[in-house]
Amino acid sequence: MITLEGISKSYDGGTTHAVIDVELTVEAGSLLVLLGESGCGKTTTLKMVNRLVELSTGRITVAGHDIRDVAPVELRRKIGYVFQGIGLFPHLTVAENIGIVPRLLGWSARKTELQIHELLERMGLSRAVYAGRYPHELSGGQQQRVGVARALVARPDVLLMDEPFGALDPITRDELQEQLKALQKSLGLTIVMVTHDMTEALLLADRIAVMKEGRILGYGTPGALMSEPPHEYIRSLMEMPRKQAKRVEQIAGGAP
Amino acid sequence: MNEALIQQLEFLPDYLSRHLLLTVTALVIGIGISLPLAILVTRVRVLQGPVLIVASAIQTIPSLALLALMVPLLREIGFLPAAIALILYSMLPVIRNTVTGIDEVDPNLIEAGRGLGMTPNQLLIRVQLPLAMPVIIAGIRTATVWVVGITTLSTPVGATSLGNYIFSGLQTQNYTAVLVGCIAAASLALILDGLIRVMEIAASRRSRMLLGLASFAMLALLAIGLSPLLLSATTDDNRPTVIVGAKTFTEQYILAQLITGRLQDAGFRTQTMESLGSTVAFDALVAGQIDCYVDYSGTIWANYMKREDNPGTRPVYDGVRTWLREEHGIEHTVRLGFENTYTLAMRRDRADALGIHTIDDLFEHAPRFKLGGDYEFFSRPEWRELTSRYGLKFQALMTMDSTLMYSAVATNEVDVITAFSTDGRIPAFELLLLDDTRGAFPPYDALLMIGPKAAENMSEIRRVLEPLRDVINDEVMRSANRHVDVDGGSIKAAAEILRRLGHD
Repeated sequence: MITLEGISKSYDGGTTHAVIDVELTVEAGSLLVLLGESGCGKTTTLKMVNRLVELSTGRITVAGHDIRDVAPVELRRKIGYVFQGIGLFPHLTVAENIGIVPRLLGWSARKTELQIHELLERMGLSRAVYAGRYPHELSGGQQQRVGVARALVARPDVLLMDEPFGALDPITRDELQEQLKALQKSLGLTIVMVTHDMTEALLLADRIAVMKEGRILGYGTPGALMSEPPHEYIRSLMEMPRKQAKRVEQIAGGAP
Repeated sequence: MNEALIQQLEFLPDYLSRHLLLTVTALVIGIGISLPLAILVTRVRVLQGPVLIVASAIQTIPSLALLALMVPLLREIGFLPAAIALILYSMLPVIRNTVTGIDEVDPNLIEAGRGLGMTPNQLLIRVQLPLAMPVIIAGIRTATVWVVGITTLSTPVGATSLGNYIFSGLQTQNYTAVLVGCIAAASLALILDGLIRVMEIAASRRSRMLLGLASFAMLALLAIGLSPLLLSATTDDNRPTVIVGAKTFTEQYILAQLITGRLQDAGFRTQTMESLGSTVAFDALVAGQIDCYVDYSGTIWANYMKREDNPGTRPVYDGVRTWLREEHGIEHTVRLGFENTYTLAMRRDRADALGIHTIDDLFEHAPRFKLGGDYEFFSRPEWRELTSRYGLKFQALMTMDSTLMYSAVATNEVDVITAFSTDGRIPAFELLLLDDTRGAFPPYDALLMIGPKAAENMSEIRRVLEPLRDVINDEVMRSANRHVDVDGGSIKAAAEILRRLGHD
């Protein structure tokens, strides 16, 4: 379980705020989506959880521990992190990229190797084909699969994802979303995901928090937010996928 | 192979090994300082500007000047000042490329590394340095090529290098020597550069075999290159070694050869430290880094004692001897008998046609005359004396290398030159030395000085060198110089001309 208790972030000593008074609870084994336009504070909120950004006020706990009581480096090794930039190290093979956190943690070679192989298989990448390849030899989708495998290799309970599929083509994105949902179920992961893609949010989220100008505008299950949107902005957001689907249908129906 | 080349190649093992030792020492220490400094700078951003500015500023100092400045700063000549100047010179490319290489690592990779829980040091070692390596290596290669080249300039500060070929070759117009020096230095630079490049390729392809081969080749090069030094250091010959100094002109090379020849005949081991800068040689004698060398009373009087007056030959000689003894404990000076004075010279035929015999006679012609002078002349006290005593105003003053002055006046490119009275080209080019009737130039008696430590520890030196007193006159010195500068003879043969005199 992750709790965000009244957290704020200011980069200028309190004059302006990137994040104001955010209060959230993420149940263990659930997936929370932080939804909003660029600049709304969703990424800042996410990065405060693994202390890539230090919070200004408030308190965050992960599995009952205040994150300020844990050294940032220790904290991050226990929390998976996946982002749009992927960030695979180009001078390392796929296996070495995935094995980097186990090396930092001082795992045995055998244990590391087994875990790398298991994760490659889970991500649908044949280890015989991909383990020895370099990132530049992979497609974007394959790269992000390796990125997810790398984030999960040390068996974290918590996974933070910052627009993880934002740069992928729709078909690849769809596949990866499916795969993520399955992974989350089988591993019991607690996930916080940042996205501005409404459809992705509706498909993946157990709970959605909609953010605007650093604040949470609304919070609830996808169903609740769609049936009773607490704010006009949220209503228009929620209607977007339906509107688009309707238009698509019209175009398809109009064809002979 | 022709004889001149064979003669030059004899020096190669010694020059090359000393060159290599200086280059490698400077590079290893330079890189050892620059890399951590560059990494520090990428962490502590406020340091970046100052560090790069200082490194760039050092680079803008002409390399010869930087090397020469180290001598008064360290009060020492030889390996140490040369190595420190070269270390400073090697730093900019390594620092700049390391900073650039680390800065240019994709920010996504930095975020990934931090997000995975890397400490700043782990990020540096596992991500930033490996990815910046090609840029860093490029900087190291630049530094290597620079330092190999600039090491040739450490000769004038008393560190033997391939530059000995170039400095003495240019001065004595022995172009075989110049070429050997240039080709050896260029080859060394290319080979080192190439080997580093191969090591880089091997590392990026993770080819252990290639890396092993390249490392082996590098070690072999260092071992072979440095072996003459190691061998000479382990020799069991424990006779005392006398170090003989020489400044950068033909007469000095010949005299050094004459002196070492006498010392060797008397059973001493000798080492020559040649092509020393003018004040470097005197400082080295005082510091005991060389044991003896020849200087001129007027140079000591004007340059080291800072005297501007000219009381005449005998008082200057006595004044110099007293000063040497009282200020520097140099008791033993042997006056060789000739004088190599600064003077003015012009073509004999023109002088005759215009009726010029003395400097006084120049007065009415000077406004239409160009005067050619060596690098130091126009900033020396003699020039001030010359203008004030004779009231001369020339049409133009042209500074040029002393080896070029004589042909410049012979071909009428300049009308008058500052000449050294013992130069062999004076008779060869049929030049007339103009009499200094008003005593603007102090006397320049050649004095062989023996350093205080050498005189005390190796008193035998005095006995061996004493017979050189008063045996070389102007005419003989001029013909020995002429043998090298005009007839293209070797220094050894010229020294032989002088040696025979001592035994007459």
